[in-house]
Amino acid sequence: MTQPGPADHALDNISWLWRLRLPTQPLLRHLIFALCGVGILYLLTSLLSPYNDYEVGEIALYVIALAGLSLLTGMNGQISLGNGAFMAVGAYTMALLMTHTQLNFIVELLAAIGAAAVMGLLIGIPATRLKGPYLAGMTLLFALALPPIADKWSTTFGGDQGLTTTVPNAPGNINPEEWLAWIQIIGALITLVLLANLIQSRFGRSFRAVRDDEIAASLTGIHVARTKVLAFVISAGCAGLAGGFLGLSTGVVNTGEFPLTLSIQLLAAMVLGGTGSLMGMLWGAVLLVYLPQWSTSLSGYFNLGSGASAYLATIIFGAVLIVVMIAAPTGIQGGLRWTWRHISGSMSRPGAVIPPVSELPGGQSPHVPMR
Amino acid sequence: MRHSNHTAIGRWTRVLVASAMGVTLATVVLSPSAGASGSSAPGVTSTGISIGATVPLTGPAAPGYDEIAPAMNAVFGWVDAHGGVDGRKISYNYLDDGYNPANTATLTRKLVLQDNVFATVGSLGTPTQAAVQGFLNSQKVPQLFVESGCNCWSNPKFPESFGWQPPYTVEGKVLGAYIKAHFAGEKVGYLSQGDEFGQDFIKGMDMEIPSASVVSRQTYDASTLAGPLSNQVAALKAAGAQVVAMATIPAATALAMLPAAAIGYQPQYVISNVGADAPTVGPLLSSFTQKGGGTAAQAKATAGLLNGVITDSYFAPESDVTNPWVKVETKLLTDYAPSLYAKSGLDGNTQYGIALGLTFVQALQAAGKNLTRAALISAIEGSGKKFVTPGFVPLSYSSSVHYGFQGLEVVKLSTTAPPAVTPSGSWIGGIAVSPVETTNVGSGPVVKYTGRTSTPPAKLASTS
Repeated sequence: MTQPGPADHALDNISWLWRLRLPTQPLLRHLIFALCGVGILYLLTSLLSPYNDYEVGEIALYVIALAGLSLLTGMNGQISLGNGAFMAVGAYTMALLMTHTQLNFIVELLAAIGAAAVMGLLIGIPATRLKGPYLAGMTLLFALALPPIADKWSTTFGGDQGLTTTVPNAPGNINPEEWLAWIQIIGALITLVLLANLIQSRFGRSFRAVRDDEIAASLTGIHVARTKVLAFVISAGCAGLAGGFLGLSTGVVNTGEFPLTLSIQLLAAMVLGGTGSLMGMLWGAVLLVYLPQWSTSLSGYFNLGSGASAYLATIIFGAVLIVVMIAAPTGIQGGLRWTWRHISGSMSRPGAVIPPVSELPGGQSPHVPMR
Repeated sequence: MRHSNHTAIGRWTRVLVASAMGVTLATVVLSPSAGASGSSAPGVTSTGISIGATVPLTGPAAPGYDEIAPAMNAVFGWVDAHGGVDGRKISYNYLDDGYNPANTATLTRKLVLQDNVFATVGSLGTPTQAAVQGFLNSQKVPQLFVESGCNCWSNPKFPESFGWQPPYTVEGKVLGAYIKAHFAGEKVGYLSQGDEFGQDFIKGMDMEIPSASVVSRQTYDASTLAGPLSNQVAALKAAGAQVVAMATIPAATALAMLPAAAIGYQPQYVISNVGADAPTVGPLLSSFTQKGGGTAAQAKATAGLLNGVITDSYFAPESDVTNPWVKVETKLLTDYAPSLYAKSGLDGNTQYGIALGLTFVQALQAAGKNLTRAALISAIEGSGKKFVTPGFVPLSYSSSVHYGFQGLEVVKLSTTAPPAVTPSGSWIGGIAVSPVETTNVGSGPVVKYTGRTSTPPAKLASTS
């Protein structure tokens, strides 16, 4: 199930970086990537229509949620069907603060992250004793148990209507969709930079060591349980931020926004994008946002009923999942990386570059045990 | 090595400076464009009006509710065939949100920002439409005739929002007054959905029924509704409730009546209009019985449990085939939505869609040739009371009231009434057991409606 992530190709990465003359220090490199991202996205959001801006913002928020899940599942080998519920925790925290306090909205978002992270801690501790389907089952239970709580105390949580959220006013005459997209993009880039650094740090290596072999990891002095709980906390924190952003996009927070299918879609989109990869989460998020629309236009083209179009989205999602898993077991990002390595490999002069260790389809390094 | 590293940093510095300059230039060149509401009426041309909606076409809320928007389209089809409104044909784009507010938010933005619809008309659901109420109002897009009985659509903070069906509190008050008058001294139990729908309905009931007579208050959770509501039913029976008032969706009505029948509990049911449409609940009773291992004959027989149920209606029941409105509704469906009619026939949902479509067409007519969003809103507030609809009472729109119908009659489902015949079979019909009564969501009394009940305009009645 677990697939090697980008850091498993450390050797390839370095040779690739040397060729492009990128700094080898992770933080600096990631910041440069992020700044380029800021530039490109600024141009993009300025050129796009308000509705497309809104979609870009949605992609950004799903990137955050997927990146957190990717860390948990891809890097640490734990499966969660509860990340949709962590999103709900974050969203409700933010919305409650918006309703009852006058705090700065950045503080409210930080509280959303904090509350979801605490919930991640509570779920993560018992989760260290569970593996595979049992862990999935437990997180699933969490996702199921949360909505009735909000329904039960409907005066606090706003019941069916939910709690309204407000985006702080845009400076100048920037239109509100573009402004919201910006908030979400900056949130996503900060999250990605932090996670990318974390993955290449001591913690990232511990996560992977625990994923690959818990006994070996504990023999090297890694506290296995603590590492697993930490992964849960970080993943939940990411989901909390994404949930807060979803609440801002929607304009309201209610239980209907966080159905069980959300958690399942997140998991599927993560696998599609490339489990364990951060860049891959962009592809997963794009699919989450656009696949339903594409399938609607497709069914319109084939003149299917409007009822059929909604099921078509699910069918296409499933079909894409199967095709990607067969063609590129490491997801879209893995497939792209493999293709890129082949193209760049054939273009470079022989002998100029040390051949990467893992020139294998799907980019799997032979030294990582497969499971 | 040191040297190459040094040049690498140098090159990146240059790249950064270059991109920073690029960004600055772009800021200057692409100065923010003006706000979205440039033209006087988006979605309106001399030949057409584009409107939109989000409704559940898939998922648990879809059965029944997915008929409403296509039924509205039958009305628009008739209007277009007769030259449109002021020469403008109505193009109705309803999208499937699966009853998920996050989808509603995205799709509504698509309708408004990308497709430039003039208004949203007949979007369905409380949680879903509550999600976009702020957005639509901030964009000054009319959020017309939301398909929900929530009290939230008439709110001075949201001048673009309009409800349409009777608020659940009004329904609860009328049915509560009926219980107080006809079942005085009997023990009353509640079974309600644990959300706004249930709470608003029970709020209305409590205004009329003395609290001493309420012996049990049971709820269920709609999102986890999967099996019989045996515990709730057992509690109602144990408390000795002789009248059970229910704010339930159709599936929950069936899942309460079946276990009650199984333990020989036969209270007088009083059920919200939402959960008592015989052509919807009847088939559910039968199919649940069959899934539970019952024979085909038993399944058929369970539909008879609806006999004697008390509910309410705000327009003539579909079984009343001699009613001129029912004739018009049937004709519109057979002529302009034949595939819908073949699938669903005339039932509570298709009736609802036609009545709502007629309301919107008259709002357009009242707004006149110079159609703008502001003109439409003031036309509904100014002339809404005069719209001709199948409703027993006129719509109650004014500048301060954005509720639609606030009058109902109490109906008893009975085998002596003419049955409702739909493609799924023949279902028990209803007969009125009270005059049409009106009230409001506040402390106003339940009073008999003394005004006229409208009849279909000649053009609609005679047309094909």
